[in-house]
Amino acid sequence: MAGLATVFGSGAMTNSIPEIENNDLLFVIGSNTTETHPIIGLRMKKAYRRGAQIIVADPRKIDLVRFSAIWLQHRPGTDVALLNAIMHVLLKEKLIDKQFIADRTEGFDAFKKSIEDITPEKAEKITGVPAKDIVKAALLYGKAKRPAIYYTMGITQHSHGTQNVFSVANLALMTGNLGKESTGVNPLRGQNNVQGATDMGCIPNQYPGYQRVDVPAIRQKFAEAWSTELSPKPGLTATEMVLAAHEGSLKALYIMGENPMISDPDMQHTKKALQSLDFLVVQDIFMTETARLADVVLPSSCFAEKEGTFTNTERRLQKVRRAVTPPGLAREDSSIIMDIAGRLGSEMRYNCMEEVLQEIGGLWPAVAGVTYGRLEEAGLQWPCPTPDHPGTPYLFKGGFPRGKAAFTPVSFEPSKELPDADYPFILTTGRQLFQYHTGSMTRRVPELNEVAPEAYIEIHPDDARELGADDGEMLRVSSRRGSIKLKARISDRPARGLVFIPFHYHEAAANMLTNAELDPVCKIPELKVCAVRVEKETGR
Amino acid sequence: MLHLTINGLRVTVPEGTTILDAARSADIPIPTLCHHPKLTPYGGCRLCIVEVKGINRPVTSCTTPVAADMEVATTTPAIERMRKTILELILSDHPNDCMVCEKAGDCTLQELAYFYGVSDNRFEGERRCYTGKDHNPFIGRDMEKCILCGKCVRVCEEVQGVGAIDIAYRGFNAKICPPFEKDLSCEFCGQCVSVCPTGALTGKAWTQRGRQKDVREIDTTCPYCGCGCSLTLHVRRNEIVRVSSRDDTINEGWLCPKGRFGYTFVHSRDRLKTPLIKEKGVHREASWDEALDLIASRLSKIGKKHGPDAIGGLSSARCTNEENYLFQKFMRAVIGTNNVDHCARL
Amino acid sequence: MKSSLTIRICMGTGGIAAGGADVMAVFADQLATKGIRADIRKHCSIHKVGCRGLCAKDVLVDVIRNGDKTTYQYIKPDMVERIIEEHVVGGNPVQEWAVGEDYHQFHDKQIKVVLSDCGNINPEDIDSYISAGGYSALEQAVKMTPAETIALIKKSGLRGRGGAGFPTGVKWEICRSVDASQKYIICNADEGDPGAFMDRSVIEGNPHAVIEGMTVGAVAIGADKGYVYIRAEYPLAVERLRNALKQARERSFLGKNILGSGINFDIRVKLGAGAFVCGEETALIASIEGLRGMPRAKPPFPVYKGLWGKPTVINNVETLANIPHIIRKGAEWYASFGTEKSKGTKVFALTGKIRNSGLIEVPMGIPLREIIFDIGGGIENNRKIKAVQTGGPSGGCIPAELLDITVDFESLARVGSIVGSGGMVVLDETDCMVNIAKFFLQFTQSESCGKCVPCRIGTKRLLEILERVTAGKGRLGDIELLESLANDIKATSLCGLGQTAPNPVLSTIKYFRDEFEAHITKKKCPAGVCRDLLSFVVLKDFCKGCGACKRVCPAGAITGERKQTHAIDPEVCVKCGACFDACKFKAIGKG
Repeated sequence: MAGLATVFGSGAMTNSIPEIENNDLLFVIGSNTTETHPIIGLRMKKAYRRGAQIIVADPRKIDLVRFSAIWLQHRPGTDVALLNAIMHVLLKEKLIDKQFIADRTEGFDAFKKSIEDITPEKAEKITGVPAKDIVKAALLYGKAKRPAIYYTMGITQHSHGTQNVFSVANLALMTGNLGKESTGVNPLRGQNNVQGATDMGCIPNQYPGYQRVDVPAIRQKFAEAWSTELSPKPGLTATEMVLAAHEGSLKALYIMGENPMISDPDMQHTKKALQSLDFLVVQDIFMTETARLADVVLPSSCFAEKEGTFTNTERRLQKVRRAVTPPGLAREDSSIIMDIAGRLGSEMRYNCMEEVLQEIGGLWPAVAGVTYGRLEEAGLQWPCPTPDHPGTPYLFKGGFPRGKAAFTPVSFEPSKELPDADYPFILTTGRQLFQYHTGSMTRRVPELNEVAPEAYIEIHPDDARELGADDGEMLRVSSRRGSIKLKARISDRPARGLVFIPFHYHEAAANMLTNAELDPVCKIPELKVCAVRVEKETGR
Repeated sequence: MLHLTINGLRVTVPEGTTILDAARSADIPIPTLCHHPKLTPYGGCRLCIVEVKGINRPVTSCTTPVAADMEVATTTPAIERMRKTILELILSDHPNDCMVCEKAGDCTLQELAYFYGVSDNRFEGERRCYTGKDHNPFIGRDMEKCILCGKCVRVCEEVQGVGAIDIAYRGFNAKICPPFEKDLSCEFCGQCVSVCPTGALTGKAWTQRGRQKDVREIDTTCPYCGCGCSLTLHVRRNEIVRVSSRDDTINEGWLCPKGRFGYTFVHSRDRLKTPLIKEKGVHREASWDEALDLIASRLSKIGKKHGPDAIGGLSSARCTNEENYLFQKFMRAVIGTNNVDHCARL
Repeated sequence: MKSSLTIRICMGTGGIAAGGADVMAVFADQLATKGIRADIRKHCSIHKVGCRGLCAKDVLVDVIRNGDKTTYQYIKPDMVERIIEEHVVGGNPVQEWAVGEDYHQFHDKQIKVVLSDCGNINPEDIDSYISAGGYSALEQAVKMTPAETIALIKKSGLRGRGGAGFPTGVKWEICRSVDASQKYIICNADEGDPGAFMDRSVIEGNPHAVIEGMTVGAVAIGADKGYVYIRAEYPLAVERLRNALKQARERSFLGKNILGSGINFDIRVKLGAGAFVCGEETALIASIEGLRGMPRAKPPFPVYKGLWGKPTVINNVETLANIPHIIRKGAEWYASFGTEKSKGTKVFALTGKIRNSGLIEVPMGIPLREIIFDIGGGIENNRKIKAVQTGGPSGGCIPAELLDITVDFESLARVGSIVGSGGMVVLDETDCMVNIAKFFLQFTQSESCGKCVPCRIGTKRLLEILERVTAGKGRLGDIELLESLANDIKATSLCGLGQTAPNPVLSTIKYFRDEFEAHITKKKCPAGVCRDLLSFVVLKDFCKGCGACKRVCPAGAITGERKQTHAIDPEVCVKCGACFDACKFKAIGKG
């Protein structure tokens, strides 16, 4: 999100889910939407049925390819080269919006220079996508009236993820495809309330509402509201905390509802880091791999056992309602936090969760108009500054929060770890339809496990033949960081030389293999590209 | 806009509106079994027939667009007799085992049979008999109860884009099945279950978990991906027994297999039920006071010794906005550090 | 006059089934060995021709020697030698094998338009069609404006021959008027009625006429793509059609820039997989689109939204085969045949208990009696005619009392039947009308697509009631129940299949209610057909005690000493009727 925030001054989906069906072109890059966001996938299919064309750019032949007008199978990690070449074509074909560029953006000339010699032919060498397909995709996007770009972790989980996002933003800016209904840039958030957690300031450099901790006036506002002194120093990101724990500067960690053991790259490293902490508290609904390492484990409540709100990927706040009571002594996370705060001598007392929302609204005007009463029927999309504001389906209608949006010249940089003789395959990781994230919930649903019981590695039939591996045969997959064994799933979804492993399974954790290399700006790890070796598992 | 009269009532609707939609917009009921507002009109059940002046046979209101000055009668003795005949025909090939049917009380066919008073049926004869069961874990398919309204086929093709099922065979033997009558092997979104008007398609997890009358329905938001689908939890005796979705929200009533069938983790035996404290490498049960006191004292000590930035907090995308707000406030205002993050990047 | 020899051998499906290919091979072989080809040089030709109608007398062979034609019937390969010896070489036709008076009578009352060239031209040779005037209509049509062509067809009064009888010119005109970038014309050759083979014979006998008619239609409506949807069960028709399409393309009658007119049109052949309902136009469209052949609701009609949502004209084979003749000879000429509202001729497949079963083409308005007795030669075995079933499974039964009605759209509809696609089944006193109704219901029920309730379940229940009636388990009230259900099915079914499926039931009840009543109340089948209602007894006065019945009885139900009167044990009897057939003394009573 840092990438988009840099460009526009705000980072979120620019449009709403219902608007998808009125797109006349969907450019889906780095998002296996039908599996990771099935219901958004349905809207995309609906758009397709209504005549929209779909460009899919993905190293794998994902399900959405069936509905696509064109599929660009670029090599993992070459998104920038692909996007630059597309923009090169748009420039050449004069399919840019000069008025929009002049009125609402800055830095176009420098950007223009940066792509002048990125021809589709050059990009073909890097991406593996035929130049004519790049041209075709560019023309489709350039000529569309209501095009929108959709991306997920396929764009961001790279050592150059921020650069990828800049590139996507450049594409929308140069064509003026922003600030309009059914037209924009849409990062699809992977988890139910990842948007909300970010909105609420669970990020080390920003208070709720993307207000920076290192700006004195802002800090002052929060300090007054919370009646305390606040640190001006931006904190550590999750991955940096793990590093800090490993080197000993971080002594205690309080984890609420997270399972970094499975979700973070380089699992061995994560484990060592957590073990070297002086004190680890994990508050969760299950004994996760992370909770096993904790000094104290606190039983908390799941979504069906509490009141509150979630904010979905399109900035829509919706009600969460208590349907059942928590098991045993388990308590709601909010009451646990308030209780610990009290024991540390700070009163955090609220009679109900709506009081918390009211307090948030006082500090972040974008949700000031949201009340539980208004959420009874349907959700509200922020910004919703006043009690009579209807919410905002799409952003930047009148302008960008930072004034003019900035073009950022981006040049292609290869991923940090590329295949070589020892590790000849590129591994990319992701989700599959029947499991979710680290599996702590879905793996406890017997039906889901019956259809998706175990980890597998997707491998191209030709590669499998060279290995002499049959479908379902056990393979050993190793990287410089670790090794796991899992079943082969021979499939034409990945290209030759590419393998895919879903990361939900702790017993064959993809993140034993992945690279913890971080994007320098937003500290996202390079989970989408690392080099691995695949061998037949023999003897065992 | 076109003007027409329905049962003598003047109705104005946009061009292209079907008679059925026009009637419903005027709150005039017309029975249907195969109609679904989000799917292509089908015209299979024939219950929605109406009389249109100037047309010598009844027309299906779900497929017929209105015309200017059309005069429609939705209920006449002849129409009602024919509707009853159709219901008799359907019921003559239906198990009619409502007393044990999962769908009882929520079944469109049952409701129509009730309103039309189909107690003694003029028709009898052979009934379809399917002994094969589908072994997939999610969707129960009792095809003897299937009335071939085709909604499942259409939703699978038109909404889900999968096309896992279609009608096979002809005449009385026509049935809806996956290719070669194998077990379902699809995305298991359960969209078909949500549109089935009878007990032909049900969630296996719902079986014998309670009928509608015992169930409380609570609307909430799905805990899985970022789409934010609205879920309706059906709760009986403090247990979620089923999940459905309202059709007036952003997900339009559609769900994915996790949203629709992935709720049983809530009642998993693995749930943590008590605080645990690790002693000598082993977790032991503890009281809340004991656990929270320990946390307060350790955090306080570490903060004092190494400074607040030696403490970090990871919040969760699984928690609510309010909890996330409280968590970061706790870290910033109580502990005194900006070391707070969550898994946005993973 | 030069000596010439033409031998035409009927090689329609009927002819081939009767051994036409063998006959033709023997002719070729023997003519070659006898060196006749050399003698008469190029004036000798043997060719295959399409069906000439009287299939009952196949293999039919024409020998035309120096202009004099003799037609032989029932020809087998071993008869060829004598024909060659005596007729071809000797010049004396083999009179005992030549067709008789009834053959000529069969043809005399017919007026052949659609079938005029069938049986004369070689269907596999485009030049044979062209020399009979073929494709001159297309040459004319590309020079006419679409409006002129449509006006001509409207003026001719041509109505669709597929069953519904919609005016063809009007259909074309509507489609022409719809604004669309793409239009289609489809030839419906999915002839599915049991006993109907008009369309098959036309395509087998003269495929170019259909192609020409379709192309004229395409030019008129502005379609550049056409489909012939034809049953895969018609392999010979498909083969000849494909061959004809290839030839037509080579001669620029099809493809790009037809005859230099700048008009493009081409035809693809789509094979149906044997579903009766695919003859229904919306189901046919679904089938071409690659979907399950199921009808959809109309409106919208295909002329507005048809194949892939584009305006589409669907015409039946016979309709299209009429077009070239109308263009060539004029609307007035065509309209001179038939009645005021039903113009032109109609091809019927005449079958059942009739002497001359086969394919006939008659002017609309001909009395039914003339068809049955003059063309058809009357009833087999001099039995009494009971009824004529017209229009196939969608049609109805016309009782013998009404034989004087004329055959056209209006008058058949008045008596509760239809022209339909042209099936005509003659029934005699040995036919049970309840059983006939049951037969057609069995067909329509098993061919129902299953989409709508009244057709899927309603026809099943109708059939079951008929089954119990014919099994002697009929109940009082069943006739009324049949009528009530049949009427509801007619009124509420989605497509033509369901809407007409009850017709055979309703028309038999209408005219033969007493037969239904006999089955239900007296538990008797007056025609002696329904086995469950029959009982077989030995008639003492006639039985000679020969034992023939005892020997053929499969159930061992007959006992009796030689020369003594035998007896049938009704408990054991399976009512197969073998004894009845075996008895030479009419000593087995059935009833």
